[in-house]
Amino acid sequence: MANLYEYEPIVGKDVINELELYASKLKGLSVQHVNSTAVGGGVAEILIRIVPLFKELGINTCWDVIKGGGKFFEVTKKIHNALHGQKVYFTQDEIDVFIQTNEQNALEMDIRGDVIFIHDPQPIGLISRKKEICRKWIWRCHIDFSHPDTFTWNFLKKYIEQYDVSIFSAPAFARELKIPQVLIAPSIDPLSDKNKELPQETIESILELFKIDKNRPIVTQISRFDYLKDPKGVIQVFRKVRKYIDCQLVLAGGGATDDPEGAKVLAEVQEIAANDPDIFLLLLPPSSDIEINALQRASTVILQKSLREGFGLTVAEALWKAKPVIASSVGGIPLQIAHKYSGLLTNTIEGTAFALKQLLQNPAYCQKLGSKGKEHVRKNFLITRHIRDYMLVLLSLSYKGKDIVFL
Amino acid sequence: MNRIAKKPFQFLTRQNLTFLLGRKAKNLKTILMHIKEVPLSSIYHHTHHYLEQHEYLSPEPPNDFAYWITNVLQNDSLGEKIAGIDLRSLDSLEDIRTKLIEVIENGIMQDPESAVRNVPTGEEFHFMAAQTFVFPTRYLARDLNEFKECLKAVSIFSIYYHIFEARLFQPEARFCHWIENSLENKKLADTIKRLDPYTQTLDNLRQNLIKIVTMHLEEN
Repeated sequence: MANLYEYEPIVGKDVINELELYASKLKGLSVQHVNSTAVGGGVAEILIRIVPLFKELGINTCWDVIKGGGKFFEVTKKIHNALHGQKVYFTQDEIDVFIQTNEQNALEMDIRGDVIFIHDPQPIGLISRKKEICRKWIWRCHIDFSHPDTFTWNFLKKYIEQYDVSIFSAPAFARELKIPQVLIAPSIDPLSDKNKELPQETIESILELFKIDKNRPIVTQISRFDYLKDPKGVIQVFRKVRKYIDCQLVLAGGGATDDPEGAKVLAEVQEIAANDPDIFLLLLPPSSDIEINALQRASTVILQKSLREGFGLTVAEALWKAKPVIASSVGGIPLQIAHKYSGLLTNTIEGTAFALKQLLQNPAYCQKLGSKGKEHVRKNFLITRHIRDYMLVLLSLSYKGKDIVFL
Repeated sequence: MNRIAKKPFQFLTRQNLTFLLGRKAKNLKTILMHIKEVPLSSIYHHTHHYLEQHEYLSPEPPNDFAYWITNVLQNDSLGEKIAGIDLRSLDSLEDIRTKLIEVIENGIMQDPESAVRNVPTGEEFHFMAAQTFVFPTRYLARDLNEFKECLKAVSIFSIYYHIFEARLFQPEARFCHWIENSLENKKLADTIKRLDPYTQTLDNLRQNLIKIVTMHLEEN
């Protein structure tokens, strides 16, 4: 795992010095993160990197994962989909499973932080311990909250409003809440296996492994096999474009232990792809970061045609590799792409196909979009900025309501 | 001559935490209503954060209101007038708020129908506010030579604080204030006061400041 000083050549010495400065104001504080999975998905990926860096900065930090059975994760997946705007119905039994699993975790978990960072809805019920042990509680939401299902929102709101502060990833996710709402975009780690520079031989060997032709354009979408990532729409886009331009499509992603729907979506996508030799459907195990990195670096254009998105970290990953990206204007994606400047934003299959044809035929435009995108990520979406923002939230807990704080 | 300052200059740095206010506007009428009601920290956020977040895009776009009115509401002429507000000449956030209200109200008066022309769902203007944390750095300047070296070493956030925020929140922390009062060099202070920081990138601004101080040291 990279240490703080390895980021210096990427973000600058001044940025690292200032992180140490902010951390010095938090000495003695302990922070406990809690989420629902140790592996797979954006939240675990961020915590794996952030927790050691916080420790290196001298902030006592730990990370716990709640326990839950298959039924619990089926319910939380439904909650996830409902918050993304899908109409779903919960039985009383499902609601009981959610409440009981949270109660059980609240009883069993060693809550030892001065500040407890709860990530996403799965462990939201741990807040029930607040009455007994006090402390400061932060609810960090990584999900697209722009069109939540009303029942689900009202159910969760009762928990959220018991927290001291909430954190959302994009401005459109702000809700009417009695507690303060902070905007913090997530981030990528430029030194992780998924984002570090790779030798050309590694990239080529991975293309060979998957039998992808390095001499023809490669269009890639990296994401979990999830309806909200619209893999079927991506295949439609590809088929519209391939009529005119010879190219290949790669749909690649892993699964997460808290997402039981992935296998079903993959089966449906396989049926639509119908053994097309130019469509590569790659269900990758969690340890495939180098493979994902290589696929992104080998790509001519990267798509992120999500219907809903919490933030869409795969966009930042692609931009960091200076790739031209076409993405839906949903969730946190417009924060990452300034349309026609650091990428292209689209809303429909037709629009995405048109943009893809444009990019595949204009390498100079691709290069310009890619280099601007990379700089935007360097300034705004790297892990060092994320750590800084989390430290500011921790500081803000002591200065509620003050516009300007002199430390 | 490299005069020793009466009091050394303490370089500060700062970071902002962004709060979502849960207020959104879908047309000119509602954005105007919210501009009148939101805390000044929101006016500050929407007129300044773009400079930092989209620093590589600078000098455009100048502020969130101008960007949204031009690109989302597609009211080019009003957007241009808001972009053209001379923030450098306004000394307080209340003055900036008053000017924004005046320009938008004039725009509505000239084209009353524009007040209720809505943007598509999902493209509303979301109001936010900034909480600013100011920290002392390890950089201290006792004379102009040290000041120049510090300018090269401090973060872009420190330059940002002393140029943009000190003007609004802590006037005695402005570079020009120290140069005029502690170094007693009014000529150099006036040169720095004349810089318009709102129309250049932060990196350019740093380079310009270094250049001005270097030239002054060479001339004297």
